[in-house]
Amino acid sequence: MSVTYLDAIRAAQEKALQDDPAVFIYGQDVGKFGGAFKATKNLAEKFPGRVIDSPISEDAMVGLAVGAAMEGMRPVVEMQFADFSTVGLNQMLNHAATTFWRTGKPCPMVLRLPSGGTPGSGPFHSQSMEAIYAHYPGLVVMTPATVEDAYSMLLEAIAMPDPVVFCEHKLLYYHLKAKSLPAEAVPAFKAHVARPGRDVTCVAYSAMVHEALAAAEELAGEGYETEVVDLRTVKPLDTDTILASVARTGRLLAVGESWPWGGVSAEVVSRVASEGFELLDAPPRRLNAKDTPIPYHPNLWSAHRPTAVRIAEALREVLRY
Amino acid sequence: MATRTMDREVGKASLQAEQDPMERMSRAMLRARVLEDKLASLYRAGRIVGGVYLGRGQEGLSAAGGVALRKGDVLAPLIRDMAGRLGFGEPLVDAVRAYLGSKLGPMKGRDGNIHRGDLSRGILPMISHLGAMVSATAGVLLAKRMKKERGFVGLTSAGDGATSTGSFHEGLNVAAVEKLPLVVVVADNGYAYSTPNDRQFACTDLLDRAKGYGVEGHGVDGTDPEACWEVVGRAVQRAREGAGPQLVVGRLLRLCGHGEHDDGLYIDKKLKSSDRGRDCLEVMRDIMKSRGLEQDWDRWEKEAQEEVEDAVKKVAEEPLPDPFEEDWRATAMLGASEAVQKG
Repeated sequence: MSVTYLDAIRAAQEKALQDDPAVFIYGQDVGKFGGAFKATKNLAEKFPGRVIDSPISEDAMVGLAVGAAMEGMRPVVEMQFADFSTVGLNQMLNHAATTFWRTGKPCPMVLRLPSGGTPGSGPFHSQSMEAIYAHYPGLVVMTPATVEDAYSMLLEAIAMPDPVVFCEHKLLYYHLKAKSLPAEAVPAFKAHVARPGRDVTCVAYSAMVHEALAAAEELAGEGYETEVVDLRTVKPLDTDTILASVARTGRLLAVGESWPWGGVSAEVVSRVASEGFELLDAPPRRLNAKDTPIPYHPNLWSAHRPTAVRIAEALREVLRY
Repeated sequence: MATRTMDREVGKASLQAEQDPMERMSRAMLRARVLEDKLASLYRAGRIVGGVYLGRGQEGLSAAGGVALRKGDVLAPLIRDMAGRLGFGEPLVDAVRAYLGSKLGPMKGRDGNIHRGDLSRGILPMISHLGAMVSATAGVLLAKRMKKERGFVGLTSAGDGATSTGSFHEGLNVAAVEKLPLVVVVADNGYAYSTPNDRQFACTDLLDRAKGYGVEGHGVDGTDPEACWEVVGRAVQRAREGAGPQLVVGRLLRLCGHGEHDDGLYIDKKLKSSDRGRDCLEVMRDIMKSRGLEQDWDRWEKEAQEEVEDAVKKVAEEPLPDPFEEDWRATAMLGASEAVQKG
């Protein structure tokens, strides 16, 4: 028996529907069809009236969830692809995110974003949106990298009193497997040292954690021990765990699949530079995708995003300084 | 609040009088007009930090919606809905608090003026992005239906300009798909800020859109409060009976600028002097007069003036938000608040 990342997301939603009558799922094709990625397979049959097909109206999908959350429900909205959530941005950033601050009343909802690149997906089915959402106050932004986290963090997200943007990586959906669903969980706001090491810290999240781990393995063959920190949640950011790692290694590379202007890796480098300057033996570096739309053909796509090979190159440069 | 001395018999009589929707509308309209006149003068005196947006000329249509709703219903007002808010039961003092930024107000100085709301009273706090409240109101109604509540209605307002937004379209469409008891009242005052209808849409009548959404449509002369009551009241009733979303389009004019910073000189003089430019408050006074309630009208007006003066006096003494005492956290998470603060 094994459980994929996608199975974990489906299982978490099933458990949430089972445990809390306030939970419902809303999204395009999520009902009888079971969702574009089958993340809600069979849930409509098991929970009649609580797994609801929406029109192709991302603004209204999120707006409806905001209203339902204000009324005490816990909606889980599935965007078919993270990229399309731009159409619902206004409701998420200006409505969901401001409600608690403005009214003192919670707005518990989850926006599930099938995120990140896969071969052949191109400019409009590959995006990583975490930085945009993280920029706005009032939102929690999660980026699970493991099967266990996909399950436990989604459950935690649904139980939270705040709007949560749940960035699940499509590349991990099918191939990432675990033996079973976790019985206990690390709290969602705690970063996790995915691989300990003494020479250099590589901070990553979502699918990039696996690229970073592969790069660390490669460098281990060259005698360097890379510590890989999996952020798990990018907002709020667990700065303490990052700084503690840099205190051990003295060197930092922050990796993100999203674009290079600003974003999570920039935030990590900024915090380490300003709060942990004395800990550093080398300038902190970042590695991101190229600053172009995400390409269609795998030849271009694999050169566009950070890979284990490119991460290893960047780590060597940090180590050589 | 105004202190009134009245013996039991008079109290009883006025309570009965308040059962009549036209009288309830009259009082809401009067209170709104008196309050907004006061807010405009406070604005000119520099006592209000942000903008002031009035519903002058739109009180009848707005009040009809507020009065047609009852406890357990939901109101998502827009910027010209003081009368609807008061008619639905928003405390007048909360409006003053929101405008003056009182810490005791519903938004505690974190948001102001027309953005106030009180979820515990079923009043959604609007965001400025037009059309956004349509789907949010639909969401509240969907939630109520999932919770097995019965007989509820949600009402939200829009202007002619808001009907051009994608959000308005998506929201009304989704409400129609879900057959929700939603009433959308469009106050077509001919101008979105300064932009006239012919630069806003090309259809002859916004009411025609009802058919396209598969919802029931109702047109009304927004300057005639009695007609507004009949039409909006019927739309609310239809929604309550399960007939799905209702689109009401009231034609009227706003008898002021977009906000108090705006003189509204772009509004066509011919329109202003036409029947569409009638002041619904005067129309309502004449209706009440014809019913022999002229003295009641005068009394309601006086009571409204006292209530407004008292409210402004009271709020002026209330504490303002203090940046040093403010809880600068935008998320509700308990137990994780420290992490969030760092976040």
